[in-house]
Amino acid sequence: MKHFKLISYTLFAFIFIFSFTHCTKKEDKNIIKIGEYGSLTGSEATFGTSTHNGIMLAMDAFNNQGGLNGKKLKVITVDDQGKPEEAASAVTKLITSDKVVALLGEVASSRSLAGAPIAQRYKIPMVTPSSTNPKVTQVGDYIFRTCFIDPFQGQVMANFATRTLKAKKVAVLRDVKSDYSVGLAEFFTKTFEGNGGKVVADLSYTAGDIDFKAQLTAIRSKNVDTIFVPGYYTEVGLIARQAKELGVKVPLLGGDGWDSERLTEIAGTALDNSFFSNHYTSESQDPRVLEFVEKYKKVYGSVPDGLAAMGYDAALVLIDALKRAPNQTPKEIRDALAETKNFQAVTGVISFNNNRDAEKAAVVLEVKNKQFKFVETVNP
Amino acid sequence: MEEFVQHLINGISLGSIYGLVAIGYTMVYGILKLINFAHGDVYMMSTFFGFYFARWLGFAYAPSVIGALIVLFLAMAACALLGFTIERFAYRPLRKMPRLNLLITAIGVSLLLENGGQILFGADPKFFPELIARAELLHIGNISISNFQVIVIVVSLSFMALLQYIIFHTKTGKAMQAVSFHHENASLMGIDIDRIISFTFVLGSALAAAAGILVGLAYPRIDPLMGVLFGLKAFVAAVLGGIGSVPGAIVGALIMGLSEEMVVGYFSSTYRDALAFFLLIIILLVKPTGLFGKTTSEKV
Repeated sequence: MKHFKLISYTLFAFIFIFSFTHCTKKEDKNIIKIGEYGSLTGSEATFGTSTHNGIMLAMDAFNNQGGLNGKKLKVITVDDQGKPEEAASAVTKLITSDKVVALLGEVASSRSLAGAPIAQRYKIPMVTPSSTNPKVTQVGDYIFRTCFIDPFQGQVMANFATRTLKAKKVAVLRDVKSDYSVGLAEFFTKTFEGNGGKVVADLSYTAGDIDFKAQLTAIRSKNVDTIFVPGYYTEVGLIARQAKELGVKVPLLGGDGWDSERLTEIAGTALDNSFFSNHYTSESQDPRVLEFVEKYKKVYGSVPDGLAAMGYDAALVLIDALKRAPNQTPKEIRDALAETKNFQAVTGVISFNNNRDAEKAAVVLEVKNKQFKFVETVNP
Repeated sequence: MEEFVQHLINGISLGSIYGLVAIGYTMVYGILKLINFAHGDVYMMSTFFGFYFARWLGFAYAPSVIGALIVLFLAMAACALLGFTIERFAYRPLRKMPRLNLLITAIGVSLLLENGGQILFGADPKFFPELIARAELLHIGNISISNFQVIVIVVSLSFMALLQYIIFHTKTGKAMQAVSFHHENASLMGIDIDRIISFTFVLGSALAAAAGILVGLAYPRIDPLMGVLFGLKAFVAAVLGGIGSVPGAIVGALIMGLSEEMVVGYFSSTYRDALAFFLLIIILLVKPTGLFGKTTSEKV
């Protein structure tokens, strides 16, 4: 028995050592490591999984075509569970222990804001596919984003409320814990009041809440024309449901945080006739979009949401920069990223401005019968 | 005025769910002098039991009252079994030990359920199936009452009434009272203490399960950590009303539900949870035993 124990320990030790040497031998030469951090679980799980699917679609296609001069791109993905503190440690791990040369992530602005300072400190370029809060790229010159920013998104929805819905009085219901939600609520309010409208109720909730009846009751008594809810889909779904229970019949408005099939799974039909701004629509007839939707469907068996398209685009932009960086060092990749001009992507044409933000058009979608229907495109 | 009445209705329906969970804390404390930290997680488990039962039995796709009742009773039975198991294997072996050991074990069981739940069910939230179609029952002026709110209040109140009946009008209930007064004396009177304590856990867990299913119906977002804050608030409600007293737990829970609703409705949602704990501090300062708590003098 004793012998058996000894033998098995030695065996384990051998396997352990062998697996290590095996790894290090294989990796260094022909692999470029790219880190990805995202919310693969947690309240915004579909954000992380869709983005991951989009990224992998682009990366796998590139590797299958031979990669970069024979070198393959390897994506190392870390789940941050939708928590900013986990995002920070994920980024630290990817940079210090996995030694990635570039980072992709996050979707939510709060988590990008937790990861970005670390990437900036280690001078590793980071491309966020869909964090829209302006503060994200202000962290430093290594942080890029391939999406529009909230001042634009807030303006789009405020103008939509004034012009299309002819709204005069609105209520705002924001998630105080989320940088994205707070920022978007402010930009919306600014434009809407500039248009001559009035925000008669400005209420808040905290991500993770399940009961919103108190806020909605307070809003109901103000007789508003529409309610702006710039939150993430889990809470928005519950808010819509409870609004309907309380007999609130006005449409809800929101931002790209609504974009998930889970939204209507929770809300049911309670969100019908509500609108939100997004990065792209899968209904578009643009040949790039058609091709992307078809490829995505073939691999994953579902229609890609906006976050999948954004993940795909962010990966394409990064691959493009890698091609232009002679030795693929972080500094070269950063410089190559900064020079990205008129890059034709699925969700639009990407050029980085001086703030390293992409200036792209937004679309407004309507929720109808649990589907997202295209309403209009708004150019910056 | 209409707004106030609506807040009142929302608050009572929220408070009555807290009440069902608070009763479990208070009963166990009354009998074992143990704060059963795992209770909030038993409540969480019930929502997942309900979630899977509803799927397996096919009620998730066809809303019906019968289906909802079957899911409710199955979840209550499953949680009763869970409560029984926890008491039998985690608490009973330690009953003669110092009370601190028991308390730490309770925290351990709570962590086990939370983290085990994350492994078993996944950390991302699930959406509780709509077992009963949502409808507006009453609409007076601007006040609306949905069938969910009525169901929540009616179901909670009937379970509370049933519990009062069990405690005061059945033999087992009288035995429970006796055990809560004094363990050894009760056993001298021929009461099987082990059986009574098991029964208390079964009862408390079944009530927590009822609360879980009601929450699943009214707020269909469930995740393995949902029991933490909810359990804490129910616990505060139990302390508020005087821990060990069942009517106290119910009144405490209603105060909690109403105050939360009013704070969010008239001030800011940021203070939602702060108020609960602020109330607790005030009441404990003024009346350390809680609203309905009895002062017991230590006898030498």
